[in-house]
Amino acid sequence: MRFSFLALLRQAFHPDVPWTRQWRDPEPKSAYDAVIVGGGGHGLATAFYLASQHGLTNIAVLEKGWIGGGNTGRNTTIIRSNYLFPESAALYDHSLKLFEGLSQALNYNVMFSPRGVLMLAHNHHDIISLKRHVYANRLSGIDNQYISAKAAKAFCPPLNISPRIRYPVLGAALQRRGGVARHDAVAWGFARAADALGVDIIQNCEVTGLMRDAGGAVRGIETTRGAISTPKVGVVAAGHSSVVLERFGLRMPLESFPLQALVSEPVKPIVPCVVMSNTIHAYISQSDKGELVIGAGTDQYVSYSQQGGQHVTAQTLEAICELFPQFGRMRMLRNWGGIVDVTPDRSPIIGKTPIEGLFVNCGWGTGGFKATPGSGHVFAHTMATGAPHPINAPFGLERFASGRLIDEAAAAAVAH
Amino acid sequence: MLLIDCPYCGARPEIEFRCGGEAHITRPAPEAARDDESFAQFLYFRRNTKGMLAENWWHVHGCQRWFHALRDTQTDAFAATYKIGATPPDLPGSAS
Repeated sequence: MRFSFLALLRQAFHPDVPWTRQWRDPEPKSAYDAVIVGGGGHGLATAFYLASQHGLTNIAVLEKGWIGGGNTGRNTTIIRSNYLFPESAALYDHSLKLFEGLSQALNYNVMFSPRGVLMLAHNHHDIISLKRHVYANRLSGIDNQYISAKAAKAFCPPLNISPRIRYPVLGAALQRRGGVARHDAVAWGFARAADALGVDIIQNCEVTGLMRDAGGAVRGIETTRGAISTPKVGVVAAGHSSVVLERFGLRMPLESFPLQALVSEPVKPIVPCVVMSNTIHAYISQSDKGELVIGAGTDQYVSYSQQGGQHVTAQTLEAICELFPQFGRMRMLRNWGGIVDVTPDRSPIIGKTPIEGLFVNCGWGTGGFKATPGSGHVFAHTMATGAPHPINAPFGLERFASGRLIDEAAAAAVAH
Repeated sequence: MLLIDCPYCGARPEIEFRCGGEAHITRPAPEAARDDESFAQFLYFRRNTKGMLAENWWHVHGCQRWFHALRDTQTDAFAATYKIGATPPDLPGSAS
């Protein structure tokens, strides 16, 4: 069924007829032209673009749990493209542009809201670093501007710009095209659109091994719901990518850490944009339900526990309370930890592997949500044609041997 | 917050420590490491084990000494800590 104003009106007059299921729940077939491992946003986007742009419709997305139940459903939904290096800026801006037309492309409201992303400077180093980002972004054709603390206050009235706080706000970088989207809707929209094109979305199906032919190329995969033969496998498993790839006999330049976030009780609209501070490590926005969505940091050690140390969230809340003293008595509703796979240069790995027919899209670390459509788009191109799209060509696994790292960690000068 | 048993100081809170990542990674010998691939393996590729992992820890706000630990990455529970140079305690499923 296609969503439209008329469809909504029709449904309003027939409340006894329930909305139909938005995607099927098929049994796995014995063979597919390609299989995506991981039914998060990136995996579902890959399937959608494989089907819609490359005509590969006999494909499946295998998900261990339920779709969008991992980091896609538990992130701070921030979308921006103000990265320093041209390679990263091109990748994330490709994604941002796809977000701008995504609701129309998918016929599903992903609630993309370009309300502006404000990144705060608290010291001389921050000012220089943010200005450098602004100039680099402008040279790449990406909107970003440096504004004064007063202008930041005008853009985000609840912000505390008093010079008397421990880390006063001295200025800010503002990307007006940045913003937020509804994370679940992104996963559901891609799932629904991919399903409509014939993609099988198979939940509760864990991948246990890889089948290879005499030449070493991919022949199929083994799952908890039986073996599936396929010549192409794309692993898009976020924090568990290295766990899946270890089963296939590959070691990756990845480490998995818990990244925490939390939401407050819902309140009336007060934060009109996204506010981020790398230096004191806090970011905040307000969901359409009214909850303040707050992002904290990662723990310092490898963990799959899906819970982080409370001192990490406490540190972020201290920073939030300094930037927004009026939130000091607000209650937090829930917090959670997602497992993020981090590369040494904090840039993703999108491309081929040493195994013929096996592709990976992982290493998105703490900032993968914003890249969901762009990541799926370029990865679908890579899987369909066997060669990377120009945008993801610099993000191959081979960069760790060649030394051509895209070091966004050093560029941001913070612990990501 | 984790409680970490420094082999020199005893149990202390996690904020006194820095995690130094996977332990027992050996730098390739000069004659063996002429190719970029083996150096990339040494520098960047990690086990990232879901289960028991041997790690380096640094008691930076205490005795400032490095030591090793065996920790289950599914529960974050420490199974053992031991000094640099010591052989890892024999645990079922230990990664080193």
